[in-house]
Amino acid sequence: MAMTQSRARGLLLTPAALWYAGLLLFPLSVVLIFSFGERNPIGGYAPGFTLEQYANLPARFAAFRNTLTLAPLGTVAALLIAYPLAYYLAVRVSPRWKTMLLILVIVPFWTSILIRSYAWIFLLGGNGIPAMLETFGLGDIRLINTPFAVLVGIVYGYLPLMVFPIYVALEKLDKSLLEAAADLGTPPWRSFLQITLPLSMPGVLTGSMLVFILLTGEFLIPAILGGGKVFFVGNALVDLFLQSRNWAFGSAVAVALIVIMLIVVALYSRAVKRFGASRDDAGLM
Amino acid sequence: MTKDNTPITRQKFMEELRRYEKGSITRRHFLGATGLGTAMAVMGGAMPGLMPGRAQAQDLGNRVALATWPNYHDTSNFDRFTDETGVFTQVNVFGSNEEMLAKLQAGGSGWDVFVPTNYAVPTYVKADLIEPLDLSKLPNFDPAAFDPRFADAGTIDGTVYAVPKNWGTTGIAFNSSRTGGVVDSWKTFFDGARDQFDGRVMVHDYQLTTIGNALVYFGHSFNSVDPAELADAEKLLVDVKPHLFAISSDYQPSMRNGDAWLTMCWTGDGKQMNADMPEIGFALGREGGEIWSDYYAIPKDAPHREAAYALINYLLDPEVNAREALAHGYPVADARTNALLPEDLLNDPILYPAAERLSPLEFGAAVTLTDPNRAELMARFKSA
Repeated sequence: MAMTQSRARGLLLTPAALWYAGLLLFPLSVVLIFSFGERNPIGGYAPGFTLEQYANLPARFAAFRNTLTLAPLGTVAALLIAYPLAYYLAVRVSPRWKTMLLILVIVPFWTSILIRSYAWIFLLGGNGIPAMLETFGLGDIRLINTPFAVLVGIVYGYLPLMVFPIYVALEKLDKSLLEAAADLGTPPWRSFLQITLPLSMPGVLTGSMLVFILLTGEFLIPAILGGGKVFFVGNALVDLFLQSRNWAFGSAVAVALIVIMLIVVALYSRAVKRFGASRDDAGLM
Repeated sequence: MTKDNTPITRQKFMEELRRYEKGSITRRHFLGATGLGTAMAVMGGAMPGLMPGRAQAQDLGNRVALATWPNYHDTSNFDRFTDETGVFTQVNVFGSNEEMLAKLQAGGSGWDVFVPTNYAVPTYVKADLIEPLDLSKLPNFDPAAFDPRFADAGTIDGTVYAVPKNWGTTGIAFNSSRTGGVVDSWKTFFDGARDQFDGRVMVHDYQLTTIGNALVYFGHSFNSVDPAELADAEKLLVDVKPHLFAISSDYQPSMRNGDAWLTMCWTGDGKQMNADMPEIGFALGREGGEIWSDYYAIPKDAPHREAAYALINYLLDPEVNAREALAHGYPVADARTNALLPEDLLNDPILYPAAERLSPLEFGAAVTLTDPNRAELMARFKSA
């Protein structure tokens, strides 16, 4: 009996185990092994054991710097724009309009990010917003192919990913808490800071993490709106695999990026835990 | 055309006919699904005079994948090819030979035909990535008709691996209403980028031309792999980078809308922009630069080999090739094609610069494609 049960459990676990082995462990091992190898003379990978690739990492310092400044900046900017929107959708808007407005948030996802980013080339290009600003006397403003353009593209592209987790958190919010606070004479801004904001924090943290992790691997938006000048680690990887064909160095850069991500996620889960603990304390008081 | 052989019921036939009449399926799908395509092909094969070509009777499949460069074909030619053979051409566009090589090296590219540049062919042969061409399947390729300067690189040790597509140069396109006149030197190009053309200059996302022209700026060879000379080029490029408008091989949109005033530019792009906007001119760098020839080749792992031969042969047909040249504005090395082209195109100074402007130019050298220092220099420049 016990035998068949453990066998059944083993069978049930097989798909998940195969998934992890085939799609996670195997590719990651390949990347790790490649990162200690060398570049084949005509490009590609040649077996070897050297730390040369890791020693060469500083050559991509600018790419890491750009990623690690613009990804957090983009996350914060997306959060600042998404929060009021999610708040409005979850708390303020009448149920009649709610579904339609939510669909409108998703609509951009129906079109490829590539095409939507191309649209920004025209908006930010010389004949777009800068030309409009010029009629107001603000001459010679360049927007396209700057870090600012990349930031705009990032916020635009990732906004829905930030809106929905916050919306869900706010939607579940128990309105009677706000009523009780109001009955006890709490001004609205204080009940927002002390009730609404803390209770929506899980959504904020989920949305931020979602956006941040995807942003650290981003390459499309910098390539299109950065004109090849605003370079992310993702772009460095594309170049190393598709242009200079240095798979060994490319793998080392990829491993470095994974390590940085792991550190960020670890810090994040610690922040979540601490936040959860502080909320329990508050509950006790 | 295996599916053409499956019998079709009367009812299904009428359904397909209705769909065709309503326009919800294409003629080709209708012919294929109903078996009429096979019937026509067989009858056509029996009566050669009725059919435009014999290709339809052969088993070409219905798809061919072509890897090529931006703005490099007359797309109506692909439609005609589909009409004649039933084969649909799927076009992939690339920005550098390095990118093409990387895709082929990784394997499973799915390409049937691709367009390597002269200096890349030896590497493909050495890496055993392209197959020797069966010239009996390319009756439209007549070696005697081609100018050997722009056809030789496809043949290695007497074996033909690639047949010539076009040739051209890599020069400078300038918007004269902004630059105040002709820009015809790499000195003005790179110095101006840091001065009067700040934020308005584009370089290719392509090691051969971007590094090559930076080398030419110092009077070095376009093809140099000398570490000291490459260090000069890197210093210049990294210094210029913050002043560039963009690093991209797709420069036509930015030049046309006025965001960029100056760019590294291939012949045909220069011709295309000049034809639409006369203020955009094209000039070769006085110090030198690149002259090149492009070729059609078939990868070893091409999934639709027969269709690949059919497509290359079709594109080498002088009439088809002439339509191509009229659309893309690149010179052709084929005398038969040139005989069909209008006089003014054959005398166009963008396509056919004066001999003394061509003489300082260099063909790309095979070593630049595989040299690790050039590859890493380009990657460092972009991530700087």
